[in-house]
Amino acid sequence: MTQPYLSATHMRGGYGKADILNDCTITVDRGQIAVIVGPNGAGKSTAMKAVFGMLNLREGTVLLNGEDITRLTPQERVHKGMGFVPQTHNIFPTMTVEENLEMGAFTRGEDFSDTLAQVYDLFPAVAMKRRQRAGELSGGQRQQVAVGRALMTKPSLLMLDEPTAGVSPIVMDELFDRIIEIARTGISILMVEQNARQALEIADIGYVLVQGANRFTDSGKALMADPEVRRTFLGG
Amino acid sequence: MSNTRQHDASSAWRAPVLIVVLIALFVLEGTTRNAMFSGSWNTSLAILNMGLISAVMALGVNMQWGYAGLFNAGVVGFVAIGGLAPVLISTGPVAGAWGAGGPRLLLALAVGLGAIALAAVLWRRLMRPLNGVAVLVVIIAGFVIYRALFDVAVTGIEANNSAAAGNIGGLGLPVLLSWPVGALFAAGAAWCIGKVALGLRSDYLAIATLGIGEIIVAVLRNEEWLARGVKNVTGIPRPVPYEIDLQRDAGFVAKAADFGLDPATASGIWVKLCYAGLFTLVLVALLVLAQLALNSPWGRMMRAIRDNETAAEAMGKNVTRRHLQIFVIGSAVIGLGGAMMITMDGLMSPNSYNPLRYTFVIWVMVIVGGSGNNLGSILGAILIWFIWIKAEVWGPEFMGFVTSFMSDGALKSHLIGSAPHMRFVAMGLVLLLVLRFSPRGLLPEK
Amino acid sequence: MDILNALVAILNFVVIPAAAYGAQLALGALGVTLIYGILRFSNFAHGDTMAFGAAACIIVFWGLQALGISLHPLPTALLALPVAIAVTALLMIATDRVVYRYYRAKRVDPIIMVMASVGVMFVMNGLTRIIIGVDEIRFDDGARFVINVADFRAWTGLSEGLALRQSQVVTLVVTALACWALFWFLNRTRSGKAMRAYSDNEDLALLSGIDPDRIVRMTWIIAAALATTAGVLYGLDKSFKAFNYFQILLPIFAAAIVGGLGNPVGAVAGGFIVAFSEVAITYPWRKVAGYLFPGWQPEGLLQLLSTEYKFAVSFVILIVVLLFRPTGLFRGKSV
Repeated sequence: MTQPYLSATHMRGGYGKADILNDCTITVDRGQIAVIVGPNGAGKSTAMKAVFGMLNLREGTVLLNGEDITRLTPQERVHKGMGFVPQTHNIFPTMTVEENLEMGAFTRGEDFSDTLAQVYDLFPAVAMKRRQRAGELSGGQRQQVAVGRALMTKPSLLMLDEPTAGVSPIVMDELFDRIIEIARTGISILMVEQNARQALEIADIGYVLVQGANRFTDSGKALMADPEVRRTFLGG
Repeated sequence: MSNTRQHDASSAWRAPVLIVVLIALFVLEGTTRNAMFSGSWNTSLAILNMGLISAVMALGVNMQWGYAGLFNAGVVGFVAIGGLAPVLISTGPVAGAWGAGGPRLLLALAVGLGAIALAAVLWRRLMRPLNGVAVLVVIIAGFVIYRALFDVAVTGIEANNSAAAGNIGGLGLPVLLSWPVGALFAAGAAWCIGKVALGLRSDYLAIATLGIGEIIVAVLRNEEWLARGVKNVTGIPRPVPYEIDLQRDAGFVAKAADFGLDPATASGIWVKLCYAGLFTLVLVALLVLAQLALNSPWGRMMRAIRDNETAAEAMGKNVTRRHLQIFVIGSAVIGLGGAMMITMDGLMSPNSYNPLRYTFVIWVMVIVGGSGNNLGSILGAILIWFIWIKAEVWGPEFMGFVTSFMSDGALKSHLIGSAPHMRFVAMGLVLLLVLRFSPRGLLPEK
Repeated sequence: MDILNALVAILNFVVIPAAAYGAQLALGALGVTLIYGILRFSNFAHGDTMAFGAAACIIVFWGLQALGISLHPLPTALLALPVAIAVTALLMIATDRVVYRYYRAKRVDPIIMVMASVGVMFVMNGLTRIIIGVDEIRFDDGARFVINVADFRAWTGLSEGLALRQSQVVTLVVTALACWALFWFLNRTRSGKAMRAYSDNEDLALLSGIDPDRIVRMTWIIAAALATTAGVLYGLDKSFKAFNYFQILLPIFAAAIVGGLGNPVGAVAGGFIVAFSEVAITYPWRKVAGYLFPGWQPEGLLQLLSTEYKFAVSFVILIVVLLFRPTGLFRGKSV
């Protein structure tokens, strides 16, 4: 059996003395969309932060493309091909849209105009406003700029922390469509979502976390069909 | 937990050791005559007295910084405005000054304050954008009327016997009464500035107080009708005997002879001892009050707010109001110190209010002594004051030693000449070193 | 004719001096605002940094003079400026190493950084005093006037004279160049954009691979350049005196806050707003009124506030901004 692209196994750790994650395992294959769902306080965001190195793990390992990156800082993980979109404060508000995207490509010395063109292709609404300050955009467009910034690093794994928090349902559908498009280009997606139903619909693999541990793991469709998951987490 | 207990044990002997060190320094200064010390009790006591006054000021700054984390960069202003009180309260009335424009002056000030108050009311009561216009009209009209009244009054008062007086004069009341009044003056200024700058970013208070400090000193320097400006007010009454009177007193001279002292030295020492007693009394009273306050529910709440503002706010504490309270109280204590200083000097000289000396040296005292610890601030103040004064002597001595290998020349004389400025560098280094390596100071807060 | 005379008087006594002073404040405020934006504290040592930079420039200037090098008719200090900037920048970077870096790594409350800057202020103040003393020093060896009063009267036939001192022209030109260079750097270069990004959102800048140490170093170099330039221009215009640079701190802070702390455009605007208000409010308008309303003989000087209170003007502006718009006119960082 081949190793999945990202495999974070048996993660245990937290911010203070108490562990938030208790033997939590997340894996994502190439070009797959993985979604973490679960009740409030289940450690969804914490799990993603642990994968990204923003949290010290007491146990467990994180492998990216077979390489052990457990001890690397977030910045070093960006170099290894991880892109991260935080839930809030994910843009440079006083800089223009284009400058935001440029900053995403900061570490790439080479010409990034083709990546820029790809991002603009993906988000035409943002392309129209490339000279406008990012802080002046609507919530959905900011989110697009944030995703675009992360894509500028040319990641092989894109991590999104609740990308649809606070945006309207129409914008949410639009954003999910874009995420599917991104995944089709071969980029793996790991996403934490509050809107579990919609997120699982597009998920290749879904993780339901409860109290920092894996409760259910299956394809998105299978989870949606599982009566217990429906009853407890999807509201019937 | 054992760590804390050990810590308590180590801090238990810190205060006594520091006190012994201080006593030793002052005794050495009084008795030993060498390159380091003057061997004069008069000098030693003079340093001690100013050290005690500095301790009062440091206590005020410690309330603001140590209890509440407020950075007051305008200590000099509160010292200065407190020093105004002895002039206005205790000096004798100036003949003809009141008639030359007193009532008019009060009217002018009333108009000025009234205009600001009216503007504030209108701003809140009226609707936008009407309120802006109304406020502007009131302020401009108020300013014109104020200036019309004020300028005439001031010209009249300043023309009155301008060589010897030219100011509005005082009330001729006992000088000790002016101390609480000085505290009130400073409290008033602090309330105004705190009302504006508190509740915003913490740096804003620092910048705003820096401004009010400079403005208060500018007012004292330029408003001759108030305290003669740079012409200085001299002869402010004393709460203790005068040296001249003591030297004429046969009984005192005889007593001095018993101690083997000549009358001039003895009278100087006696006067300074009287001041020292008075200041110590005030200081101890303040310390007791401050300790009681710190350990009361009010003080606990203050510290809770300092340590976690957000949590305190979430618990329904009005942080800005508490901050205003402590800022006003701390400034009042600083003003009290200012009034005490002018009383001891017997002289009001606005040009001497240097922000480096009166704001930032006081800060060094608090940080070195131990922010949040009242006794620490007091001992830190006396220690730093001693070093500050002696550094003026030690600096050139030190430079002379360093340059003794050099051949005579421009560089050597320049270095020796600039040695007195060494103490600014020394103060800065002390502040930086303590802040970095021992941020809790000599006597850490419990 | 009288209207022209009035205009010339306003130009001569208000506009020209205020523009030169405003330029000096703008450069100072730019330094304060950049340090605030990147390092997130109000730098109380900035005034003394200006004094130190100016002192360094004067010493190099004396050296040049001793070598017989002169830039006449321009002030030779301009030639010394780059050296002074380099020296000041080195000092700032060293200061950051031994003082501020520790607190930054510990992520302390900004007020602790302010306190540390007070310590730095003391040290720099003492250093400047030791190096150059406390006396007033004039070091403007350039031509005095671009336009002098007598010539102006002869050319125009107006009774009101107008003087344009060379130091004022130099101030405005150098400030314009410095601002152009700074804004070009911030808006057009990769490093400049990285600095803005860091100021906007530190965490995201780190995630984008921006090196914080490099940003901090650049900030100190730029702040040193701005402070030294401001200090030298202020000294050329008004003579050098160490203590004056402490006093200019208040108008500089006022300018930076009026414009919105952290916002460079705001700092420049704030500098001119503060300078023009200060000069206009402390100028006796009697002469101008005399030209405009020949029949009217006002009793006083028509001076709103005597010049001794010019700092009160910055203070009042500061208070008004804090009361009504604490983020400043150009919206700076959060309050």
